[in-house]
Amino acid sequence: MLILVAFAVGEGALPIFSHEGFQFITGTDWNAVYGRESFGALPYIIGTLLSSAIAMAIGVPISLGIAIFVTEMAPHRISTPLSFVVELLAAVPSIIYGLWALFVFRFWIRDLIERPLYEHLSWIPFFDKTPFGLDIFTAGIVLSIMIIPIISSITREILRVVPNSQREAAYSLGATRWGTLRTAVFPYAKSGILGASFLGLGRAIGETILVTMIIGNAIGPAAIPTTLFSQGQSLASLIANEFNEAASDLHLSALIGLGAILLLLSMVINIGARLMVSRMVKAVPGGRE
Amino acid sequence: MSENTGKKERFHRREVQRAMVKNARKAKIIDKIVSIFAIACVILAVIPLTSILIEVIKNGIAAFNWDFFTGRPSAIGRAGGGIGPAIQGTLIVVGLATMIGAPIGILTGIYLSEFAGNGPFPNGVRFFNEVMTGLPSVVMGIVGYILIVLTLGSFSVWAGAFSLSLIMIPIVSRVTEETIKIIPNSIREAGHALGIPKWKITLFITFKSAISGVLTGVVLSIARIAGETAPLIMTILGTSLFFTGFNSPVDALPLRIWRLSSQPYESAQTQAWGAALFLIMLVLVLSVALRLLAQRRGFAVKAEI
Amino acid sequence: MPAKEISKPISEATGPTGESSPLKEISVSTVETTKRIDEPPRRSKVSIKGINAWFGSKQALKNISLEIEENAATAFMGPSGCGKTTLIRCLNRMHEMTPGAKAKGQVILDGIDIYDKSIDPVIIKRRIGMVFQKPNPFPTMSIFDNVAAGLKLNGVKDKKLIKEIVEESLEGAGLWEEVKNELDKPGMGLSGGQQQRLCIARALAMQPEVLLMDEPTSALDPIASSKIEELVHQLKKHLTIIIVTHNMQQAARVADHAAFMYLGEMIEFGKTLQIFQYPKQELTEKFVSGKFG
Repeated sequence: MLILVAFAVGEGALPIFSHEGFQFITGTDWNAVYGRESFGALPYIIGTLLSSAIAMAIGVPISLGIAIFVTEMAPHRISTPLSFVVELLAAVPSIIYGLWALFVFRFWIRDLIERPLYEHLSWIPFFDKTPFGLDIFTAGIVLSIMIIPIISSITREILRVVPNSQREAAYSLGATRWGTLRTAVFPYAKSGILGASFLGLGRAIGETILVTMIIGNAIGPAAIPTTLFSQGQSLASLIANEFNEAASDLHLSALIGLGAILLLLSMVINIGARLMVSRMVKAVPGGRE
Repeated sequence: MSENTGKKERFHRREVQRAMVKNARKAKIIDKIVSIFAIACVILAVIPLTSILIEVIKNGIAAFNWDFFTGRPSAIGRAGGGIGPAIQGTLIVVGLATMIGAPIGILTGIYLSEFAGNGPFPNGVRFFNEVMTGLPSVVMGIVGYILIVLTLGSFSVWAGAFSLSLIMIPIVSRVTEETIKIIPNSIREAGHALGIPKWKITLFITFKSAISGVLTGVVLSIARIAGETAPLIMTILGTSLFFTGFNSPVDALPLRIWRLSSQPYESAQTQAWGAALFLIMLVLVLSVALRLLAQRRGFAVKAEI
Repeated sequence: MPAKEISKPISEATGPTGESSPLKEISVSTVETTKRIDEPPRRSKVSIKGINAWFGSKQALKNISLEIEENAATAFMGPSGCGKTTLIRCLNRMHEMTPGAKAKGQVILDGIDIYDKSIDPVIIKRRIGMVFQKPNPFPTMSIFDNVAAGLKLNGVKDKKLIKEIVEESLEGAGLWEEVKNELDKPGMGLSGGQQQRLCIARALAMQPEVLLMDEPTSALDPIASSKIEELVHQLKKHLTIIIVTHNMQQAARVADHAAFMYLGEMIEFGKTLQIFQYPKQELTEKFVSGKFG
């Protein structure tokens, strides 16, 4: 089935690769006007990677904190409902995150974070752009909110797999809770946590509709982010934006080509993540997933 | 032990204790910081998540009325109208996707757990299955477009259902395999002892014991695909008309939310919230019911995300 | 050690005047009769006073009191589920780390009640080492790092000191000769018995005064078990050892004192010889003669 997917996407993307060659990946132009067609995916690759990177930078530590709280700190009667809620939130469709981000959250971001940063720190090139709220930064943060339930619930499972005897070994040496986490739990769960993060990354990279709604939808060289507050575009969001308005077969093929790049990216990430998680689970005698 | 080593030991004990005393305060402070960090993370995550729920409910309720659920969307910029076609479309597309995806997923799962064993081929299938669950849904939409829309020549229910079933199959087959694996071997052996052929055992004994687990997987994946937007853009397109046939475009809730939200009119935005509330209710009711069912049945459902 | 003076009055106060009747006789007999002419008088290192423990609403220990002699080995024995493991886990406040578990009472270590509100349970574990049923070395660490883990956790930074202590602890655990050339290999590569001795070395590196051993040989083969037992004999020259075992022969071989527990209660406590040869309680007699358990 996966082969079918790869084959279909590959075939659809063929015309654009034969038209643009390697330029398709490194180019920055995006022009669909008949006769002057020129398509380059670089800005969107950057947009995808940058927004996902922001999402990971925020989402992973917070997810880890939540997982630690749930497995290592909270008493049973708090941790059970909390993990229940977190898992439900993992089921909320991304369109709803998008809607909320578009009408509510972007104003929080703009007024509470971006504006102060712009006013006081605009000498740092990252922040040197009048904030608008619909930009790569917002997209990254909303993506992080979306992947937190996912990463934290998998990480929680991973931490549960760590046998209690390991924790007790550390506690019996006079370790504090942090000492125990650092000495016994993290080394044991390292690859599993990494895998969970990668699964979250896969989700962030492939997320379409949410990003389309808030990333600002810039096109062509303008979509190369010069600041964190620039309007950008990701691979997936450009596909969603232009698919129904594709002017020509070549334009369509270019969009499918973006899909092919996306497919490749997420396949690499997913395979890596699965390998890491399964290695972790296998390494645990009697461990359950 | 000689006198000398005893002295050395006492020296070590003193040194270690001194270091510990010096370290104790620092360790305690770090521990506090970590605890506070973890709690802060929980709070930080809970704020936006509650905000989402509150906003959706608050703004969504305002849109609810009879016409909203049954009516067709009004012309752009005009108040009134409803999301009737979207609800109908979601039900049709998701239903059709389930009819395609669930049997294939279940059969794959049964094959993997009962017949395939651990050879390189089934393990490969298993592995790619897992990888597929992580692929972007928009890619599935492209596949649906290339294979169905281009072949049939128009955006259609079939294409949407096909794309969604591609998302569904790996989830269902994974859950099926996991649940069937839990069924104790003794049940199967009881069947073998009676001389029942293997396919009969699988169908009537193993699968019957696993049925609630398998259902769980199906419901879980329905909840997931009901909220998908991206693959629908390039398959069912979206329309403001009610269902006219399997070969023509239909509407769907997530698509409708997206289109409504991009209109600059307040009435449209209110309707978007309303549709979002309806969708969230649909999905959450499915997942909550599922979890309660699973808890009563006494087995854990792994959220396949 | 200055702590000696502090605790003396306590052991004297609790020894002869303990409340429960078997304890009274026994503590008199143990304290008074274990003296040998060439040894200084023994004293109590840990006194357990009225410990009660629960798992949720189920009471696992019922008002246990006894005295643990310094630099000797004391065995807790009894059939499965009798509370011996719970008791030993109460002695370093590990019991309460289990969700839903709690403990009440006094455990006095050198004159300090470790259940006092002002006492940080973390500190207690630094003075009382513990070895578990199954060897649990840290799987990602080398042999050296496993032994050094406790030191590093507690802020010992002096590399030379760490190296000396690691060597000394491995020697103390009887493992040095076997592993001295492969200190940087992973601890999981060792055999089960070696892993358990590695865990003992890890506990010894903390320079504990008391070492708790919770059925340390239950996961090991007889040869590895006998090595551990031999080790207990060595270690008790400098350490107070408390060992939990369901194996009577083992208790008879390694312990100076033995406590027999049943259904969360202390049935009998005394010198090992006395428990095995002249048990005062009928239950104890049945147990040591193999009629149940």
